Amino acid sequence: MVRFLFRRLLFALFLVVAVSSSALLLTRLAPGDVTTQLGPFASAAEVARTRERYDLDRAPASQWALWLARASRFDFGDSFLYNRPVRDLIGRAAANTAALAVVALAAATLIGIPLGMFTGSRRGAAAALVRGVSLLALSVPPLLTSLLLVFIASRTRWFPAGGMTSVDALDLSWAAWLADVARHLPLPALALALPIAATFERLQAQSMSEALHQPFLLAAVARGVAPRDLIVRHAWRVSLRPICAVYGLAIGALLSGSFVVEYVTAWPGLGRLMFEALRARDIYLVAGCAAMGGLFLALGSLVGDLLLAAADPRAREAQTG
Amino acid sequence: MRAAGQILIVLVVLAAVGAPWLAPNPPERSFPDALYAPPTRVRLLDQGLHAPFIYRQRLVSRLERRFEEDRSRPVPLRWFTGGRLATVDEAQGGPLLVLGADAFGRDILSRLLYGTRASLALALVATLGALLLGALVGGIAGYTGGLADEALSRLSDFILVLPAIYVALALRAVMPLVLPARTVFLLLTAIFVLLGWPIVARGVRAIVASERQRDYAVAGQALGAGPVRLLARHLLPAASSYLAVQATLLLPAFILAEATLSYVGLGFPSAVPTWGTMLQDAANVSLVSEAPWMLAPAAAIFVLVLAVNLTVQGTGRAPVQLLERSNRW
Repeated sequence: MVRFLFRRLLFALFLVVAVSSSALLLTRLAPGDVTTQLGPFASAAEVARTRERYDLDRAPASQWALWLARASRFDFGDSFLYNRPVRDLIGRAAANTAALAVVALAAATLIGIPLGMFTGSRRGAAAALVRGVSLLALSVPPLLTSLLLVFIASRTRWFPAGGMTSVDALDLSWAAWLADVARHLPLPALALALPIAATFERLQAQSMSEALHQPFLLAAVARGVAPRDLIVRHAWRVSLRPICAVYGLAIGALLSGSFVVEYVTAWPGLGRLMFEALRARDIYLVAGCAAMGGLFLALGSLVGDLLLAAADPRAREAQTG
Repeated sequence: MRAAGQILIVLVVLAAVGAPWLAPNPPERSFPDALYAPPTRVRLLDQGLHAPFIYRQRLVSRLERRFEEDRSRPVPLRWFTGGRLATVDEAQGGPLLVLGADAFGRDILSRLLYGTRASLALALVATLGALLLGALVGGIAGYTGGLADEALSRLSDFILVLPAIYVALALRAVMPLVLPARTVFLLLTAIFVLLGWPIVARGVRAIVASERQRDYAVAGQALGAGPVRLLARHLLPAASSYLAVQATLLLPAFILAEATLSYVGLGFPSAVPTWGTMLQDAANVSLVSEAPWMLAPAAAIFVLVLAVNLTVQGTGRAPVQLLERSNRW
């Protein structure tokens, strides 16, 4: 187990360094740099000063080496756009993205799994309806869901149509601020969660109906186990394995989907920040966001593998052996 | 279910192919008196049954974007004139805007039809490219084994770890922002192929590596078939059903990727109608809540994704494959 975790840690480190380094070099080698943000009337001295501040006067390789040396001490340089240390910016954005992703994953689990247990163990109109809705939801990617939800929100004013906080959020006490965020959160979280909830529902329904046809369940019926216990205590436990197996995939889907959801609903997360940074060629902010994204990726796949190992002894053997 | 999906796909393809003929108006033409005009209703009833006709829409207030139907005179539809399926005589009645008009008074239905062309063409070319490259790389890796296999597998594994939409975004964002449509088409195709091939290659590699050991492949080799012939004629055909499944996963992914990139302003120039640029036109929330017909491209994307998903239904692993796709795109 220790060896397994150590290997995963090495992999995470490699991923973070590789992703952020390639982002840095890609931004550096791309046509144009951050000085175009100064506008056409910037003086030559100002341009030169900015280039020096962001180490653009060095060769790409030497800039990369310098950045890597600094980043190993958790100094990720400054952002041009925000005129602040990148470390603060990516920390806050990553927290926002993580909050969104965790809420979306919890929502997908709480919606998808009970519905799947229901459709997998029943027949009739209600189950067919749930099945149909989830087939539709599988075809609505976060881009469309978030557009639709924003549209509904702006039509009905049921909940805020975007952003993470209201305009006056800075004056609020922390409890009121939290309530404000909680009012803004359902829209992007639902947009992210819907296709994943539908996937969970379909998988759970499939494996539930498979589990219900196993001989041990017939034995339980013969012993006189109550129908409710039959489903919840006997069939469900066995049927969970395929769900655990796709949790890793679901975490990846959250990460990919979060960019467009953050963009459409103006949620100040990592994807949005990276997009702004890329467009402005804000080189250290790009690299910092990429490093954070790489960390998220590595964490996501680690959680996914651990869940898989918990659910399936064979996978545990393959990973740690 | 499968049949319904296939019918929908055929309809979308027909819409793309027949766009110049089906579109009532040229997609780039703007009607200055029809900014944000609501959909023109095609009617059949007017004190009795008539051939399809419309009432002319008159601009009442430009500021409030208010329109009124001129009920005094029905304007009949003209069929098969000027190389188009259905139009109206503009001298008699205003433009025929079946799905309304956008901010520039351009016909949304016509733009949607031409947009289907662009989006579908890009996704199809990119899918074919990814399948070809993936089959080639996977075939070589699975056939030769050894060091080449190891290197190619590691490379594709690394690309597969990355969330493709972010990489696509980064690759597109480091290019100049304003490019002609043709260049954007080639650039996006290249980016999509680059990010799409590894998943194909991984599956093809596994299939080729196992098929190689089978008797028919060994027999082919014994009879003197060279590696190229053996791969192309005997081993890769074994992967054809796998390739078909991958195509159904890549195509919607590329449609969505184009829509996402264009929506955030990194895709096609906004004058070129594609599903993504049309969605970008609909990005202004307050305007769209008054002109919901601007969301027509979203409906088109939904229909295509649904159609493709319906055709892959029935295979038990469909939900997982869909999740694998959205995992990256």
